[in-house]
Amino acid sequence: MAAAVGAAAPPGALWGLVQDFVMGQQEAPASQVAADVKSGSYTILQVVEALGSSLENPEPRTRARGIQLLSQVLLQCYSLLLEKEVVHLILFYENRLKDHHLVIPSVLQGLRALSMCGSLPPGLAVSVLKAIFQEVHVQSLLQVDRHTVYSIITNFMRSREEELKGLGADFTFGFIQVMDGEKDPRNLLVAFRIVHEIISRDYSLGPFVEELFEVTSCYFPIDFTPPPNDPYGVQREDLILSLRAVLASTPRFAEFLLPLLIEKVDSEILSAKLDSLQTLNACCAVYGQKELKDFLPSLWASIRREVFQTASERVEAEGLAALHSLTACLSRSVLRADAEDLLDSFLSNILQDCRHHLCEPDMKLVWPSAKLLQAAAGASARACDHITSNVLPLLLEQFHKHSQSSQRRTILEMLLGFLKLQQKWSYEDKDEGPLSGFKDQLCSVIFMALADPSTQLQLVGIRTLTVLGSQPDLLSSGDLELAVGHLHRLSFLEEDSQSCRVAALEASGALATLYPEAFSNHLLPRLAKELRRGDSDVTREGGPTKCSRHLYCLQALSAVSTHPSIVKETLPLLLQHLGQANKEYMTTASSEVIAICQSLQQIAEKCQQNPESCWYFHQTAVPYLLALAVQASMPEKEPSFLGKVLLEDEVLTTLASVIGTATTHLSPELAAQSVTHIVPLFLDGNTSFLPENSFPSRFQPFQDCSSGQRRLVALLMAFVCSLPRNVEIPQLNQLMQELLKISCQHSCSFSSTAAAKCFAGLLNKLPAGQQLDEFLQLAMDTVEAGLGSGAFCNQAFTLLLWVTKALVLRYHPLSSCLTTRLMGLLSDPELGPAAADGFSLLMSDCTDVLTRAGHADVRIMFRQRFFTDNVPALVQGFHAAPQGVKPNYLKGLSHVLNRLPKPVLLPELPTLLSLLLEALSCPDSVVQLSTLNCLQPLLLEAPQVMSLHVDTLVTKFLNLSSSPSMAVRIAALQCMHALTRLPTPVLLPYKPQVIRALAKPLDDKKRLVRKEAVSARGEWFLLGSPGS
Amino acid sequence: MVPRGSGGGGGGVGGGLLENANPLIYERSGERPVTAGEEDEQVPDSIDAQSPFLHLTHLIRSINDPEHPLTLEELNVVEQVRVQVSDPESTVAVAFTPTIPHCSMATLIGLSIKVKLLRSLPQRFKMDVHITPGTHASEHAVNKQLADKERVAAALENTHLLEVVNQCLSARS
Repeated sequence: MAAAVGAAAPPGALWGLVQDFVMGQQEAPASQVAADVKSGSYTILQVVEALGSSLENPEPRTRARGIQLLSQVLLQCYSLLLEKEVVHLILFYENRLKDHHLVIPSVLQGLRALSMCGSLPPGLAVSVLKAIFQEVHVQSLLQVDRHTVYSIITNFMRSREEELKGLGADFTFGFIQVMDGEKDPRNLLVAFRIVHEIISRDYSLGPFVEELFEVTSCYFPIDFTPPPNDPYGVQREDLILSLRAVLASTPRFAEFLLPLLIEKVDSEILSAKLDSLQTLNACCAVYGQKELKDFLPSLWASIRREVFQTASERVEAEGLAALHSLTACLSRSVLRADAEDLLDSFLSNILQDCRHHLCEPDMKLVWPSAKLLQAAAGASARACDHITSNVLPLLLEQFHKHSQSSQRRTILEMLLGFLKLQQKWSYEDKDEGPLSGFKDQLCSVIFMALADPSTQLQLVGIRTLTVLGSQPDLLSSGDLELAVGHLHRLSFLEEDSQSCRVAALEASGALATLYPEAFSNHLLPRLAKELRRGDSDVTREGGPTKCSRHLYCLQALSAVSTHPSIVKETLPLLLQHLGQANKEYMTTASSEVIAICQSLQQIAEKCQQNPESCWYFHQTAVPYLLALAVQASMPEKEPSFLGKVLLEDEVLTTLASVIGTATTHLSPELAAQSVTHIVPLFLDGNTSFLPENSFPSRFQPFQDCSSGQRRLVALLMAFVCSLPRNVEIPQLNQLMQELLKISCQHSCSFSSTAAAKCFAGLLNKLPAGQQLDEFLQLAMDTVEAGLGSGAFCNQAFTLLLWVTKALVLRYHPLSSCLTTRLMGLLSDPELGPAAADGFSLLMSDCTDVLTRAGHADVRIMFRQRFFTDNVPALVQGFHAAPQGVKPNYLKGLSHVLNRLPKPVLLPELPTLLSLLLEALSCPDSVVQLSTLNCLQPLLLEAPQVMSLHVDTLVTKFLNLSSSPSMAVRIAALQCMHALTRLPTPVLLPYKPQVIRALAKPLDDKKRLVRKEAVSARGEWFLLGSPGS
Repeated sequence: MVPRGSGGGGGGVGGGLLENANPLIYERSGERPVTAGEEDEQVPDSIDAQSPFLHLTHLIRSINDPEHPLTLEELNVVEQVRVQVSDPESTVAVAFTPTIPHCSMATLIGLSIKVKLLRSLPQRFKMDVHITPGTHASEHAVNKQLADKERVAAALENTHLLEVVNQCLSARS
C-alpha cells in the first residue's frame, strides 16, 4: 500500500507507542500515532499490524484497548483512507460488534469514524447499519455510546440517503428499535432530528407508522427540567420544539396524534395544555380536511372549553390561535366535487355555540365568544364571509335591543372587531364587498354611538367609523358629510372628554387622507369661521371656554392636514391668522402664538413624507414667519403687542422648531435654493425675498446693538442646522466668525446660546480638513479668552460645552481634549455645578440642533465611547478632588451612567458600584435621584451582582425613602420594589426590618409616594411566602 | 426525562365546572390620573378627600378572584360606594358583595381584602371588612370570622390559606 512512503519513524517506535497505550494504559500515544499517520510516517495497515496481538488477546479489556487505539486514530485520519482499507476495516469492525460488551464502545467509535469517510464503497453503509441493528442492544449502552450510534446513523443519512432508502421500511424499523426507551435529553434531540429526517426525506415507513408515532409521542408533552448549572445545554424548549417538528411533520400521524392532543388539552397541567394547542396549531399546516374530519367536534369542544373557562391569558391566546389554524386548514383544502365541505359545518357549529353569548353583553362569556368567532373569521375570506354574514345582523339587532351605553359599547366593540377582519381580504373580483348590504345600518349605529353621552361608547364609535371609512367605495358622500359633522362636534368637546377629542382628531386625520374633498368641503369652512370668530370675540367674551375652543380649532386644523390638497388650505389660513394677531388686536397672549406655532409644527411634521407638500410648506411658511419676526425685531417707539410676544424666548423657540421641521426633509437642491436667500438675510440684511419687505430700518442681527434682532439668530440656527450635509452654505467663513462673536460677547444668554448651538451644529457637519481645524482653533481661542475674562465666562462655558458635544458626536480626535478641559472645570468653584450638568447635555439627545433628523453626524455608539474614554478619568478625578467639589464629579458620573444603554453598563458595574453606593449618600438630591434611576434597572437586570451589596442597598434605600424630595422618595421606593428581584434567600434576613420600615411611607403625605410604598411593601410580604 | 411520565389525565380544573361559569362582569375603572396637586411637593394628599375610594380601590380592586381570571372590581365584588374611609379618624370600612348568595369563597375573598389592607394602610387605621348586608347566606358567620383578629392571624399561619391569599394578591400574570 503506502509502504513506499519514506518510513521516517521506524516500526519499532510504533510498536512502543502501541504497547504504552494498550498495556501501559497511557493516553498520549494515541494522538502521537494519529499525528504520525497523518504526516505519512506509517500507514493504517502498519498500525493494525502493530496492534496485531492485542486485537486477538483473550482478555476483553486488552482487546478493547487495542480497538480503542485504532478507533482514535481513525477518528483523526478517516479522510486519508483508501477504499480498499475502508472495506477491510468495515469488515473487521462489523465482526467485532459480536464481541464482548466491553469492546463495543470502541467499536462504535471506529464505525463512527468510518461513517464519515468519503471513500466508503456503496453497500457498506447498509451493511454496517444492519449489523448494528442486529448485534447491538442500543438502549443498554451508556449515554455517550448511544449518542455514537445516533451519529453513525445521522452521518449515513446525510451521505448515503439513496442506499439507506434501498433498505425500505427495515431502516425505519431498525431505528425504532434503536431509540425505543431513550431517556437522555441530549440523545433525544438527535433522535427526534433523525425521525424528522426519516419523515421529511420520505424514507419508507411501511407498516411501522404507528410504531414510529408511539416511539416519539410517548414523550409528549415534554416533562423535563434542566438540572441546575445546565451541564448539557439542553433546554426544555429545545425538546418541545424538536418533538413538535416530528409530530406535526406528517398527516399520517393524524389519526394517532389528534386523540392524544385532545386528551392532553384536557390535562390539568398548564404547560401540557399550551404544548398541545401549539402542536395542534403546527399540525394544521400539513393536515387537510381528511385528517381532521373525525376529530372536529372534539377539537372544537376542547378549544371552546379552554377559551371559555381558562384563568390563563396564554391558554386563551393559544386556543384562539389553534382555532384560527384549524379554520385556515379547512378553508384551504381542495375538495372532490362530491365531498361535503367541512368548513361550513364547522363554522356553523362555532356560530351555534357562540351566537347566544353575543346577546348578553354584560356577561363574562361575551368576549370569549366574540374572540372565538373572530379567530375563525380571520382565517380565510370564506370563513370571514360565513361568520360576518351571520354575526353582523345579529349584532346590529342587539345594539338596538340594548339601551344602556355600556352594553352598546360592548356590542359595538365586537362589531368593530369583525369589521377590522374585513380589511384582511380584498374583494377585487366582486362588485360589492360583503359589507355593502349593511352599510346604512352600520352608519346609523355608528352615528348613534357618536351622539351618545358616554365617552366610552363615543370612543368605540370613532374607531369603528375610521375602520368603516377605510373600506374602499363604501361610504356615500352623504354619509361622509354626516361623519365629518360628528367629528367636528367631537373635536370641540370639553376638557373632561379629552380622550374622545384626541380620538376624533386622529380619526379626522386618517379619513382626510382618503376623503380630502369631504373634509375640505364640510370641515374646513367651519374651522375657518371658528377661527375668525375667535379673532373678533376673544376680547369681549374672554373666559376659558372661548380660549379652549380656539385652541381646539387650531388642533383640528393641524390634525386634518394629512392630504396635500388640505395643507394648501390650512397653512395659509393659519399663517394669516398669525399675521392678523399682529395687526388687529392687542391682547394676543404668547400662549396663543405658541399654540398657532405648534399647529404649524404638526402640519410641518405631516408634510415631511411628501416631497411636494414639504416644499410647499417650506416655501410658504418660512419666508412668512421670518418676515413677521424681522418686523417684530425692528426698533420702534411703540412696538406692537405681537412684536413683543414674538421675541419672547418660548415663542422664538417654537418658531425655530417650525422652521427646523420644515427644513429637515427638503431635497438638497431645494434646500440649496433656500439657503441662498436666508443666509444673506442675516449677514447682509437682504430682505428682498420676504413677502413683506418694507421695514423701517435695516436688519443687521450681527451688527446691530439692539438685542431684539440678535435674538433671531435662533431662527437662523433652526434653518442652517437642519440642512442636509451636502448643501453648501454661502459666506460660511463670515457666518462662523459672526456666530462666535455673539456667542461670547453679549450678556443675553438666549442669543449667545443660540449662536453657540448654531456654531456647533455647523461645525459638526463640516468635512474634516483645514477649514474645520481653523474654526476649531478660533473657537478654542474664544473659549479660553472668555473663561479668563470673567465677565462672559458663563457664555464661554456654554460655547465650550456645545463645541465639545459637536465633536463627541462625530468622534473627532480633538473631542478628548475638550472633554478633559470640561472635566477640569468640575473642580472650579464657580462653574463646577454647571460643568456637572453639562455631562447630561453631552449624553442626551438634543431636539433642535445636532440631531440625526437634522442630518448631523451622530455616531451610534458615541455614548459607549464617551463612557469608555472618560469614566476612568472621572472616577480618578473624584478620588483626587477636594471634599467640597466631590459632588460635582458624582453628578457628572451619574449623568453619564444614566444615559448609557444598560447592556453596556452591566459588565462595568462591579468597578463602579462602590462609587454609585457612595453617590447615594451624597446630599445633592439630583445626584441621589439620578443614581437611584441608574440602580433600579440594574437591580432588575443584574440581581446576582447587586445581591453582594444587599446590606448597603437596603439601608440606603430606606434612608432615602424619607428624603424631603418627593421624586427621591418615589425612586427609593421603586428601588425597594426592584430589590425583591434579588435571590430570595439573600433578602429573607431583611424582610422583617423592611416591612416595618416601609410602614412609614404608607402614611406619606403624597399619594404617589404611598402608591409606591404599597406596591413595594406588598412584594416584600410575598417574599418566601407560599403562593407567591 | 421520563417518557409519558406523570402526564395528567382529564378532569380537574380543566374539565371541572365552576360554581358560576358565566358571571356578570363590570368595567374596570382606568388608572387614577395624576393631578397637578399630587406632583406638587408642598401639598399633602390625604387618604380621603373626594377620592378615598380611588385610593383604596387601587389597593383592593386588583385583587384576583380565586375562581376567575378577573379582578374583584370586574366582578363588582367591591364597589366605590361600599368603601368608607376617614383619614382623620383613621378608619376604613369595606363591604363586599359575593357574586352569588352561597358563594363558598366569601371568607377567602374577605380575608384577601383584609390582608391587602393590613399590608397597604398605615398602622393607625382600624379596618372593618364585612359582607354587604343581605347578599350572602351565611353573612353573619363570615363577618364574625373576619372581625376576629385572632382567627385572622391564625388563618394566616395556615400555609395553604396563605398561599391562596398570596395568589389573589399577586400581580396578574
